[in-house]
Amino acid sequence: MACLITLPIWSDPFIVYLIILSCIATIAALGLNILTGLTGQISLGHAAFFAIGAYCTAIASHRFDMPFWICLPASAFLSAFIGLLLGLPCLRLKGLYLAMATMSFGVVVEYVVITWDKVTYGVRGISVPTLSLFGYPLDSNNKIYYFLLAVVVVMVIGGTNLVRTRVGRAFVAIRDKDVAAEAIGIELTKYKVMAFTISSLYAGLAGGLYAYVMNYIHPEHFTFLLSIQYLAMIIVGGLGTILGSIIGAVFIVITPEIIKSLTQVLALLIPGMANKYNEEWNVAAFGLLIILFLMFEPKGLFGIWSRIKMCFKNWPFTY
Amino acid sequence: MHGEFLFFIQIFSSGIAVGCLYALIALGFVLILKATGILNFAQGEIIMLSAYICYFLMTAFHFPFLLAALSTCILAGFLGIVMERVVFRPMLGEPIFAVVMVTIGLSILLRSVTGIIFGQDNLIFPTPFSKETVKVAGIVLSQTQIWIIISIVALIILFFIFFKYSRLGLAMRGTADDQQVAWLMGISVKRIFALILGVSFITAAIAGIFLANLVMINLSLSMIAISAFPAIILGGLESIPGAIIGGLVIGVVENLAGGYLDQMIGGGVKDVTPFVVLFLMLMFKPYGLFGKEEIERV
Repeated sequence: MACLITLPIWSDPFIVYLIILSCIATIAALGLNILTGLTGQISLGHAAFFAIGAYCTAIASHRFDMPFWICLPASAFLSAFIGLLLGLPCLRLKGLYLAMATMSFGVVVEYVVITWDKVTYGVRGISVPTLSLFGYPLDSNNKIYYFLLAVVVVMVIGGTNLVRTRVGRAFVAIRDKDVAAEAIGIELTKYKVMAFTISSLYAGLAGGLYAYVMNYIHPEHFTFLLSIQYLAMIIVGGLGTILGSIIGAVFIVITPEIIKSLTQVLALLIPGMANKYNEEWNVAAFGLLIILFLMFEPKGLFGIWSRIKMCFKNWPFTY
Repeated sequence: MHGEFLFFIQIFSSGIAVGCLYALIALGFVLILKATGILNFAQGEIIMLSAYICYFLMTAFHFPFLLAALSTCILAGFLGIVMERVVFRPMLGEPIFAVVMVTIGLSILLRSVTGIIFGQDNLIFPTPFSKETVKVAGIVLSQTQIWIIISIVALIILFFIFFKYSRLGLAMRGTADDQQVAWLMGISVKRIFALILGVSFITAAIAGIFLANLVMINLSLSMIAISAFPAIILGGLESIPGAIIGGLVIGVVENLAGGYLDQMIGGGVKDVTPFVVLFLMLMFKPYGLFGKEEIERV
């Protein structure tokens, strides 16, 4: 924790940038993990809520010049409200059907963002003014870094608390066997809609932060592939666990950079490889990662971490 | 008034042509779904890959069209068998979420590998069908569209005969119905799965080859399979005739919406219509027109 706080002092600006991106991804992944990992509702439309949050912040700050303490909560609450609206009709859908419904929701939102250009400026994109905290502009990456770190800590603590309370346990019950959950008195409607709302709140907040960090948003940032990326984060990290979301988000954000460096290293060893690096390799590796993790390590990185912890705890015995 | 009606019939007929394509794609999905319970998100990528392979065979090796098409189908079938062994069989007992994600991961992998091998540009397929159009009772249809309708109708009839009367078709239907009983009766379930995947990939290949004739070959061809999801839901997830009818309906509705609403809302209505239809279907009739309602037992 101490090294995280002092990070900008001793490390590369590029690493600071990566951690900023990971923070935003963590918040969004946390939201998705609450919905999909804890409550078992598969959502392929998470990027849509991210987009709603980002555009809300962008429009509010660019067109109406609202300060951040209106924009960010507005994004979060607008996103949460739309999540509530989506959760209601999706109540009786499960598994494959729910995945398709959320996916189609994602596509429709993408379409609306591109076509409703009176409000969203369509494919021209919106440039977002720099975040300023009550008059103190966060114009350097380091300042943004500390702000985001604070926000992430707050959201993670919120998430951890959620898991431990009654609401969290209700979510897990719904995931495990919702018919039985209803039988013991958990109102499915209330808790399922609550899961959608909370998850979209996280995503909307992450989207708003993304708009401020990037200073420019464009419909191409919010495609179906982004939803898949968030799903990959929670699968690779560990479904249903808070720590898993964090690990997964960091991993997925860092992997493209690792691949880039790997190809550069390989370029030194194998001549002729130097020009072969292609953006597409990231995507290919990404797809491969998903497949491999699901086939061989369904509990994700969190599962590996638990095993390591267990191994240390039980040493020298194996169980 | 006559002009309006003609406009409607024109869009309707183009819709039928596209609908036949959707029907074939939906058929591919439902085949795998019926047998293994897995929704293969990578089907779109197989369609795209076959288009690319056919193009490659025709331009690099100068195969004539029929030979290239046939080779692509055989390759696709072979890929299906390999895919079953490598990806689907290890995932057989897993929860559905995991399997869906594996197919999504596979689709991403296939798409980017195709992009790496063939590049990101649009390619124009050397189509064997002439560009001239045929006028049938006032409706203008291109030769490609007519061939699509004829071939796909013939294919569907062939499939129907195959499934109903051949031994292999019977074995496939039995396996799709109840795996355990089929296994007890001596049907090699593993082999049937591989064959079903192969057949499904062959239908995807045929759809891909036809698609290549209609539009430019591009990495985004894989999106058409996702547009076919509403067709599967409309027909009910496990019903083959339902999938075919669903495909036709979606093709027609998509074209009608595009033709009439494009002027009001601005472009791109055609692309989003299937998803709106999908969402509405899922709200009101998730089991589709012909599907079996799933009764969950505790």
